[in-house]
Amino acid sequence: MTIAIPPDRNDSSKSLQPKGWLKYFSFSLDHKVIGIQYLVCGFIFYLIGGGLASAIRIELTSPLSDFMARDVYNQVLTLHGTIMIFLWIVPVVNGAFGNYLIPFYVGARDMAFPRLNAVAFWLIPPAGLMLISSYFITGAAQSGWTAYPPLSISTPAAGQIIWILSVLLLGGSSIFGGINFIATIIKLRRPGLKLLQLPMYCWAMLGTSILVVLSTPVLAGTLILLSFDIVAHTGFFNPTLGGNVIVYQHLFWFYSHPAVYIMVLPAFGLVSEIIPVHCRKPLFGYITMVYSIMAIVLLGLVVWAHHMFTSGTPPWMRLFFTIATAFIAVPTGIKFFNWVATLWGGKISLNSAILFSCGFIINFVLGGITGVALAQVPFDVHVHDTYFVVAHFHYIVYGGSVFVIFSSIYHWYPKFTGKLLNEKLGQLHFLLTFIGFNLCFAPQHWLGLNGMPRRVAEYDPQFQLINQISSVGALIMAISTIPFLWNVVYSAIRGPKSGDNPWRALTPEWLTSSPPPVENWIGEAPLVTQPYGYGTHRNENEDLSSNEAGNVREQS
Amino acid sequence: MTALSPLEQKSTEESPQTEHHEDHRLFGLTAFLVADGMTFAGFFAAYLTYKAVNPLSPDAIYELELPLPTLNTILLLISSATFHRAGQSLKRNEANTCQRWLLITSALGLAFLISQMVEYFTLPFGLTDNLYASTFYALTGFHGLHVTLGALMILIIWWQSRSPGGRVTKDNTFPLEAVELYWHFVDGIWVVLFIILYLL
Ligand code: HEM
Ligand SMILES: [Cu+2]
Repeated sequence: MTIAIPPDRNDSSKSLQPKGWLKYFSFSLDHKVIGIQYLVCGFIFYLIGGGLASAIRIELTSPLSDFMARDVYNQVLTLHGTIMIFLWIVPVVNGAFGNYLIPFYVGARDMAFPRLNAVAFWLIPPAGLMLISSYFITGAAQSGWTAYPPLSISTPAAGQIIWILSVLLLGGSSIFGGINFIATIIKLRRPGLKLLQLPMYCWAMLGTSILVVLSTPVLAGTLILLSFDIVAHTGFFNPTLGGNVIVYQHLFWFYSHPAVYIMVLPAFGLVSEIIPVHCRKPLFGYITMVYSIMAIVLLGLVVWAHHMFTSGTPPWMRLFFTIATAFIAVPTGIKFFNWVATLWGGKISLNSAILFSCGFIINFVLGGITGVALAQVPFDVHVHDTYFVVAHFHYIVYGGSVFVIFSSIYHWYPKFTGKLLNEKLGQLHFLLTFIGFNLCFAPQHWLGLNGMPRRVAEYDPQFQLINQISSVGALIMAISTIPFLWNVVYSAIRGPKSGDNPWRALTPEWLTSSPPPVENWIGEAPLVTQPYGYGTHRNENEDLSSNEAGNVREQS
Repeated sequence: MTALSPLEQKSTEESPQTEHHEDHRLFGLTAFLVADGMTFAGFFAAYLTYKAVNPLSPDAIYELELPLPTLNTILLLISSATFHRAGQSLKRNEANTCQRWLLITSALGLAFLISQMVEYFTLPFGLTDNLYASTFYALTGFHGLHVTLGALMILIIWWQSRSPGGRVTKDNTFPLEAVELYWHFVDGIWVVLFIILYLL
């Protein structure tokens, strides 16, 4: 049934929004403003989390805990993990790019529920501030981002409770966002646009949002039970009161394994948008990509216990979860080969965007290989909770997701601002990040294989040299942020104008002005049925203006 | 002002997006209820696992009495039916009948909460006595919270469906439909909870 919504209800609230840069500090309902809010807010938290990481790496240059006290180290470590996951990667790969791009991709003027969208964003800054201020007021949580009991029950309660509250807020934000994406993709598609004509990022976000809606509430419930254990002295997860810590682990990982896909599936989607544009070829294997995403969503829900092989899991459970995890490598591998095949023989322009995308492919495949290795029980029993695991997931979340975030910023910056970034600085940024990252994390495989445990401030002196090498890598990563920050700030003010469609891209967000008008299109939204139609006869035409491109699509 | 032009454009032009806007709020609510249901699913899973791997010593086991919770189940099931009647009355534009059914529904919800309280006070165990006591109160408490919220929302709808002057009318059934969907969901959860907690 279609009903007419009173046309001026949304509009009046929209035109009341402040203009210019002030709008980014308001309760704006415009999906593009909210997307940028997510991005900038997330990046600020990234800088804070990066500062904490530097502190960790400084501490680990020597085997003794001489840079900070051990309990401070625990707090720094917990804050680092929590901030990077819940305040940087999840909000940015989902919230920032999702909000900015999805309405364009489905041909809508905004998200399905603009007000809910703004609420979802504005939950984030207070949650983040609360989390960080706990360090100064009560002392932050000390039990790591996993908050395993009994550690989380026996460490100082105040910081842990604040940690739980802020993760609950962030989880709520994530669920609201997920509901909005599902509704937008399923329900708000422009008439005539079929699901299988959508750009790949839509599929990635659909899959991710399904995971968010199904798994985040379980984390919320678990953390509520945990807070009862801390505040009311119930014994859900407290063995001394008859409780069971393993139940916490199951519930936690039922969320947190899907959470790793919540961090990386959207990145898959973004890469699938970026690569075809810069190598002027259609995305290879669109349908197989769609099926792979859905397979990853399904399998992702049933592999969680591979994080618990050393928690006394019974043999049948080990067997099941090893096999299920090994199966995930299949759809993941399909995606990898599809990206490579897309690049293969393309007219690649080696700019910053594609450099970071290629960096992603390389890092991700390394992290995926160590992941499959970790899923094998005999191996995992040796390296569980060592630096090998740290290396594995940083190859995925940093080498994967963060590389893609940078790639996306280089790709969509002209869209956001109408300005071009400096290409030389971008390539310098890539070079420093790629070298720094690999120097920082590759040696950690060796540390883990030789038995250095994770999450400790002190270690056996035999590991010192490797740790110092790793810290040098971290230093280079820290330095790499400088050209980037300079580039985005300077270019916003002084950068050359980019024009509407500097990459001659065919996806719908480029078929309007840059930056786009408030309701995305002047006039009707273009019908883009072939978002990857590069290299076809008509589109070879080098100076296709954006409007013409739109018409071409509409006729086809 | 370039930023304003699309808005001006919009008022003169008829594009599919702005003219006919489908109402997706029930769809969104359904997704939210799926999420809410997953929270319960987590709790249920925890409870069942405890039952399987952390058995109490036989003398500590307390068999829950069935009469009160059975009454509760019946109360909630009837309230789902009465809510349905309220919705039908609204669609037939019978505001008074609708209001009557809504009042009955919220009264049933209230009766449920009172009887739940009675049960709490007659039980021989407290929140922190043992794992089962804790899980019992956590599950029923979380559900009771949902019922409380629902009963309050029904009262708001009841007030808003008064005629004349109310905002919930034949032409604006969404608030009623939304609360109804939520209420059926809460009832459904109770049935599962009843089976798992009391019958198993
Ligand atoms: C290619 C598929 C993957 C496989 C087979 C895999 C496998 C594993 C296994 C078995 C572990 C547990 C190691 C242990 O604790 O002993 C693990 C840990 C981890 N993985 Fe993966 N993984 C894969 C992809 C990913 C992705 C895509 C991400 C994130 C975007 C990710 C993030 C993590 C994290 C964060 C941890 C450590 C959690 C912790 O204990 O703090 N993994 N992985
Ligand atoms: Cu996992």
